[in-house]
Formats: sequence, C-alpha cells, structure tokens
Amino acid sequence: MMKGPKKWRLFALMTTLLVFLSGCGREEISTLIPAGKVAQDQFNLLILSSIVMLFVIVVVTIIYVLAIVKFRRSKVGEDMIPEQVEGSARLEFIWTAIPIVLLLILAVPTVYATFDLADVTAMDAQDEEGVAENLTVNVTGKLYWWEFEYPEQEIRTAQELVVPTGERVYFNLIAADVKHSFWIPSVGGKLDVNPENVNTFYLEFDKESSELEEGVYFGKCAELCGPSHALMDFKVKTLNREDFDAWVAAMQEEQEAPTETLAQEGEALFGQDGLSCIACHAVNSAGAATGQGPNLTTFGDRTTIAGFMEHDEETLKNWIADPQQYKPGNLMPNAASLNNGEELSDQELNALAAYLMSLKVEE
Amino acid sequence: MSSNSQKKGFGATIWDYMTTVDHKKIAILYLISGGFFFLVGGVEAMMIRIQLMKAGNDFLSAGTYNEVLTMHGTTMIFLAAMPILLAFMNAVSPLQIGARDVAFPFLNSLGFWLFFFGGIFLNLSWFLGGAPDAGWTNYASLALASEGHGIDFYSLGLTISGFGTLIAGINFLVTIINMRAPGMTYMRMPLFTWTTFVASALILLAFPPLTVGIFFMVFDRLFGANFFDVTMGGNTIIWEHFFWIFGHPEVYILILPAFGIFSEIFAIFSRKRLFGYTALVFATILIGFYGFMVWAHHMFTVGLGPTANAVFALATMIIAVPTGIKIFNWLLTIWGGNISFTVPMIYAVAFIPSFVAGGVTGVMQAIAPLDYQLHDSYFIVAHFHYVIVGGVVLAILAGTHLYWPKMFGTMLSEKLGKWTFWFFFIGFHLTFFIQHFLGLMGMPRRVYTFGADQGWDLFNAISSAGALLMAIGVIILLVNVVMTVAKNERVGNDPWGDGRTLEWAIPSPPPFYNFAQTPLVRGLDPYWIEKMEGNKEGMVYAEPLGDIHMPNGSIIPFVISLGMFTAAFGAMYHMDGHAWALPVLIGGLAITFGSMLVRSLKDDLGFHVTKEELIADNERIQREARALEGGKKGGLK
Repeated sequence: MMKGPKKWRLFALMTTLLVFLSGCGREEISTLIPAGKVAQDQFNLLILSSIVMLFVIVVVTIIYVLAIVKFRRSKVGEDMIPEQVEGSARLEFIWTAIPIVLLLILAVPTVYATFDLADVTAMDAQDEEGVAENLTVNVTGKLYWWEFEYPEQEIRTAQELVVPTGERVYFNLIAADVKHSFWIPSVGGKLDVNPENVNTFYLEFDKESSELEEGVYFGKCAELCGPSHALMDFKVKTLNREDFDAWVAAMQEEQEAPTETLAQEGEALFGQDGLSCIACHAVNSAGAATGQGPNLTTFGDRTTIAGFMEHDEETLKNWIADPQQYKPGNLMPNAASLNNGEELSDQELNALAAYLMSLKVEE
Repeated sequence: MSSNSQKKGFGATIWDYMTTVDHKKIAILYLISGGFFFLVGGVEAMMIRIQLMKAGNDFLSAGTYNEVLTMHGTTMIFLAAMPILLAFMNAVSPLQIGARDVAFPFLNSLGFWLFFFGGIFLNLSWFLGGAPDAGWTNYASLALASEGHGIDFYSLGLTISGFGTLIAGINFLVTIINMRAPGMTYMRMPLFTWTTFVASALILLAFPPLTVGIFFMVFDRLFGANFFDVTMGGNTIIWEHFFWIFGHPEVYILILPAFGIFSEIFAIFSRKRLFGYTALVFATILIGFYGFMVWAHHMFTVGLGPTANAVFALATMIIAVPTGIKIFNWLLTIWGGNISFTVPMIYAVAFIPSFVAGGVTGVMQAIAPLDYQLHDSYFIVAHFHYVIVGGVVLAILAGTHLYWPKMFGTMLSEKLGKWTFWFFFIGFHLTFFIQHFLGLMGMPRRVYTFGADQGWDLFNAISSAGALLMAIGVIILLVNVVMTVAKNERVGNDPWGDGRTLEWAIPSPPPFYNFAQTPLVRGLDPYWIEKMEGNKEGMVYAEPLGDIHMPNGSIIPFVISLGMFTAAFGAMYHMDGHAWALPVLIGGLAITFGSMLVRSLKDDLGFHVTKEELIADNERIQREARALEGGKKGGLK
C-alpha cells in the first residue's frame, strides 16, 4: 500500500536532484548529463551512492551539532568533571552493523555493473557471412593526438571519432608511446590506454551530436602524458546509422583532387616535391597505414585544429608555422625546418590552408 | 650537553642540533624542516591555483606546470606531512609511554638526516636543470620518456629519504614494544602512541615495495635495465602496482597519526576519557591491515578486468566500517563532556565534518564502475585533498598548537590561532568542495590549462580564491610563531589544564632525560588518574631516584647522510659521461661506509647523569615552577 507514494517520493527526489545537477556543466562534456547507456549506469550509481552518503552525513551532523551545542563549557560550567564513560558494546554494534548494511546496498549494483560494463563478448560476434555484427574501433593514443581505425571498414581517421547512435560500439585501446587514458565524459567512464596491452570496452551513444551546441561531444586524455596532456583533446561526432553508413562509404572512396588553384598549389606543397607533409599525414582514408601524424582525410569536416583550437584558416596557418608554440612537446616539426630553414611565405601558408580546408568527405 | 637550559652561542646551538640524539630535539628538527617544506609545497600549490585561475592562463608554461604539480605532491607527502607527523611522534610518544628516549637514539638522528638530505637533493632539481615532471605517482612510461635529470632527482632523492623514514618506523616499533614504563600495558597506551605504533608497522611493510620500484626506475634510467621499457619486454603496470602497494598504506601512514592527535584532543578538551577506547584501538589496527588489501582501487581504469575490480571495490568499501567506528566514538567522547573550544579543539571539531565528506567520496570511488568517471578527474583531486588537508593537515595544525608548549615551553597565541583557523578552514572548503563538481563536469586532473569553451571558468576562479584564503591563514600562523618565540612566556607542566597522559606530568619542555624517575602507570590516562586522586607530586614512581644512563651525541649520522647525498650526485651525472662523476660516486659511498665503520669500531658507552645532578636539576625545576605560579597570581587552572 505504501509502495506507491514512496516510489513517487523517490522519483520526485531524483528529478529535483537531476534538475539541480543538470545546471552543472556543458552537455558536450559533463558526466552529469549522460548521453549513453554507460554514462547513464554510472550516473545512476552516482545518485544512489550520493543518497546513501547523504544519509550518513545527516546522521553524523545531527549527533555532532547536538554534541557541540549541548556540552560546551560555557553551558555545563567551568569546573564540571564529566562522568568518565568507558564505552558501550551495544552502540559499537549498531554503528558497525548499520554501515555494513549500507555498504551491502552499494555492493550489489557495484558488482553487477562492474561485470556488465566489462562484457565485450559480443565484440567478435559474426553473422553467417563472417561479417562482424558490431562496430569496433581501434583507438591508438599518440603524443597528444588520437588515431581511430575502423578495421572492418578498412578506414582510418584521427582527432574526430565518428560513430553511429543507438548501438554498442566496441573499442580496442593501445598507446603508441606513453600511457594515455580515453575518456568521453558525457558518454561513459574512462579506460586507460596502455603501451603494453590492448584494453577493450564498449560505449553507447544515444543522441546525434548535431543537436549539441558545439555539434560534437568532447573527448579527453585523462592520464598525465607530458607537457601537452591538457591539450590532448578529441571530438566525437555521432550520426544515425544511415548517415554513418554514408560517411563510411565516402571514406572508403578515393578522395578527389582539389579544383581550386590555390588549393592545388597547397597540394603540391603538401606532397613529396614540396614540404613532404604527406610523409607523416595521409590524406586518404581507405587502406591507410598508421601515421606518424594524424590522418587528414576529413580535415575540412572537423570542428577543431590540433584537437582544441578554432577551426579557421588563420589559426591553421599559425599552427603550421610553429606547432610547438601551441602544443608544446608535440612531434610535428615547424614548417621552416621542412623548408630548408626558411619561413613559409604568406602565399605558401595560404595555399596549404586552402588545401587542408578542402579535404572533406561530408557535404 | 648536560642541561638544555644552559645558554649557548649560535654556533654551539647549531652544532648541538647537528649532533643531537635526543628525541625531543630531533622532533624540533623534523618540525622545522617539515614546516619549511610545507611552505615550499604551499607556494607550489599557489602557483597551480594562479595558473588555473582563468581559462587559457599563461602564468606557467606547460612543462613548468607539470614540474610544479609533481613537486607539490611529492613535497607535501614525503617532505612535509610525514616529517611533521614524525616530529610529533618523536616529541610525544616516548613521553606518553614514560620512556627516557627512543630505543635507538643514534638511528633516530640518522633517520632524520637521511630524510633531510633526500629532501634537499630532490628540491635542488629546481636549480639543476629542472624538477621531475611525471606526477608524484611517477608512472613509468612517462617517467622513462622524461628528458633531463628531473626523474633521477625524484628517484634518488626519495631513495635516500625513504631509508630515513624506514629507520624511523623501525625505531618507533621497537621503542613502543620495549620501552613502556611499568604498568603501561598495550591497552593502556594513549591513542596517539597506538597510531604511531600502527603507522610504524605500515612504514616497515610499505616502504620496501616503493624502494624496490624506485630501484628498478633508477636502474632503468641510469643503466638501461628495461624493467619498465615496453619495447624491450618490460611492463609499466608493474610500476603502478609497486607504487600503490606502497601508496595506499602511505595514506594511512599519514592519517592514522592524525587520528591519534585528534583522539588526544577530543579527550583533553572534553575532559572525558575516550569513548570506546578498545574499539578505537582495534579500528586503528583494522584500518592498518586493510590498508594493504586495497591498492588496486587506484587502478580501476587500468584494465585489470572485472573480477579484480569487483574484489578490490568490495575490499575498499569495508574500510568505511572501522573509519565509521572511529567517527562515532569521537562523537560520543565529546557527548556528555565539558567542551572547551581552544584552538586545537576547534581544529578537531572542524575535522569531523571535513573528514566525513572526504570519507564518503572515498566510498563513492570504491564503486568501481562509478570510479571510471571519477578517476583522474578533479573529483579525485577534491577527494584526496578532503582527506589529506581535512584530515592530516588539520591534525598537523591542531598538533602544532597542542604540543607547541610541550616542545618549546611557550604557548602559541589562541587569538591568532583562531584567525588562522577561520581563514584556513573556509579557504579549504572553498578551494576543494567545488572541485568535486569540476570533476563531474568532465575536467581531468593534471591539466595545465583549459579552454573557455569547457564551462569550467567560474568554479576554477572560486577554487583559486579559496586557495588565497588558505595562504593567508598560513601566513598568520607564521606571524603567530614569530611572536610567540619573541615573547617567550614560559608555561608549566600541564598548560592546557586538562592533560591526561604522561607527557603532561613533566616540565615543558622536559629535561633531556625526560622522567627523573620512571613513572608507574595505574591505568588509562595515568596523569588524569593521579590528578583526580589529588596526587600533589604529579605521579607515582616505579623506581627510586638513581643514576641515569644517557647516550652521547654524534655527528656520524649527519656524515653518513652527507655521504649518500654526495654519492647520489655522482650516480646521476655519471650517465652524462662526466669524468668527475664516478670519483664523486665512489667518494660519497666511501664517506658513508667509512663513517659506519667508525661507528662500529669505536666504542661509545654514553654517560651517566648522577643522582646528585638530578636532585639539583629537580630543585631548579621546582624553583622555576614556583616563579611561574607566583608570576601568574593564582596559577593555572
């Protein structure tokens, strides 16, 4: 009989908390506005544990406030000698037993979720024709940038992860140099990117990122990895399955050469007869090998330069001229060192920028 | 050095402290050097908060920021918190058990000087090409990739100071087991001595894994040993295990003595014996024991697999039980008491809500799947500052006020103490409470900057403002110390008036031989028992007045440590191919082992304080006490 109203009260409490908390942070990055099953499970654990802990805090606070108000010297008298109480077995039992019960309440969902979130058995599932049933992305953390390989689709990109919504996406994580940690706060908790072993987990993306103010979710490196650890950002674009398939198809095609003259000039500079940028940066996705530098096939589609800067030509030119100034410790040489020690002219920078901005697979 | 009340020249005082083996003077050395490093770590903390005050700030460069954050953590843990707690352990726990000194006075001095030279070595990195920059956890892949000598300063410096801490731990274990006064059974030991005892056991068991890990690191960096080099079949996760098998007990090495200090304070300033003393003792032991079972909760995101994560999650949750027992017993100690809100008591009272807040976020992080979100975010930064500042640092500040009279014979100003408290306490919550939300809003830790588009500006600004308040609090404390030293108003045996344990039964500061006669302990809180029975003499004694055997001072511990300090420079620069490095390495080790040889071959039988000297000294003490009483008109309550 009591069940109805009690449940309602709990629901009301949860909603109030939710409203209160959703004032905190940006939808693109806050763990308090979960945008997928994993983050939602973790958020539920956060709320459950917060309620239990709030109970503990309230009990302690009541005893505490009463004690320091009732028994202050100004109240009980300067010379009062209190009774020297030894203790109480019954009280000791109570405050041992109650916390154990509270912890059991937390322990059950903890163990369940630990195993549930680590369940990647479906990763290798194949249909009758030997095609993988689920999407897997191989993530490689490199000094201050991220590479994303789609092994089944045989395409490769960097800095902006593109994934379909409404299904489990499995990830294989490994570091190419030092340890990193892969974290998309609003979609799910992090997993370390170790140099010695592949770590595996899954995430689910509920919402198309085009609905967000910034158009992408924010991803982070969560493990100190050197001077530019703070700048080792990536972005996540979530598309519905249809758009995702279209994106994959576009990625799998040979990319078209630029038509504009300035961009063509840039392409020449980018190539082997110019500055040899192409030695590190591939501009074709299909079948590309892992790169010294980020794959730039989708550069023109991205929302940031180097993962964290404004996506405009001015920033791009500054970045090319002197990458160390913006992302200290990264491995990209400055343009002058590729140009026999001479700074690039404005014309050359303009050409490179125009070319890079023309690299697009989306409309 | 027959009496510490003799007036000495400045040089003679310095020499006295360099050669002393007296636990009370070593305590002062620990307090001063730990206090110095606390200020250094504090300046580093302020630099961090200035840098993060607003989005895209350029106060520190990316590389420098990583050095500052690494040195802030390393300094605060190894060179500030632990030594200051060791200062109180040295000053108080031999007195609390009625001992004349620690079991190994010479080793006590050696332990201090090793810590001191290790700390100096580590901090010299700032002037010699750059500080370590891989975080205080020094994760191996980043540490091996780090250029320059920063990481070598870290590993060699911590090796040296770690030896010192290990020696101190062993010394306290032996002291507490062997040197208790007659009647001081284990279950009559004051809680601070108990926590010293358990923390020492943790030091004994936790430091060896760190030493092994750091040795591997030194070998990898200096000799290319490849323990952690993945390309050569090494494994970096082994470092994480070594580090946290040490690192988690380390947290309890810090917090248990803090619990001890607060236990003393609650009893003294509530005029009440500790509620549930037995439960408090067993909770302490349990916390120490569990401390070794939970290290992998620092590694939930490493990819150890669901079984390991679930087991360590449950093990971690269990620790909440004994900690809860402690909190409730403290609450029941003040319940029904007669609470006097002196500065130490204000800190103790403030500790309870602060530490409970830190404790509950600890349980939240024990929930492994939830920790995937919280780990390495600002949430964890908030959590460990709540337990370390809200627990350990508040205990250090409280202990400084509580034991200052026992260590120096003067009282810190209560008025200024309260100012320090309010600035520090409000600043602390302002700085760190908001950081929980920064973490939940997706801000990773150890970032030197953040973009204006992340939505973290306001909370970071608030956090930085709080840090400023904390700094003001610490500055007021410094003013307080200087004024107290300048005024030099002497106090008697029991300046707080409600002392319960043996240290309050003898003069402040105590004579160098502590108790002229070893006291007889008749129960828990022995001094309180005598006071309540109206014993005018202070204590009942277990022996007649007689000659006391005391150890001689020695410069050898200083020289041994100096030798290791020198050798470390040789080892470090040897890898650069400097011709002078190898001779320096060998020379340094020769000094160390040579002075050990001298110590072993030369008999040093100590000296005796005769009965006549003791009687004369006692008359002087009585005279001074009477003068103090007369000066105060009516004396102390």
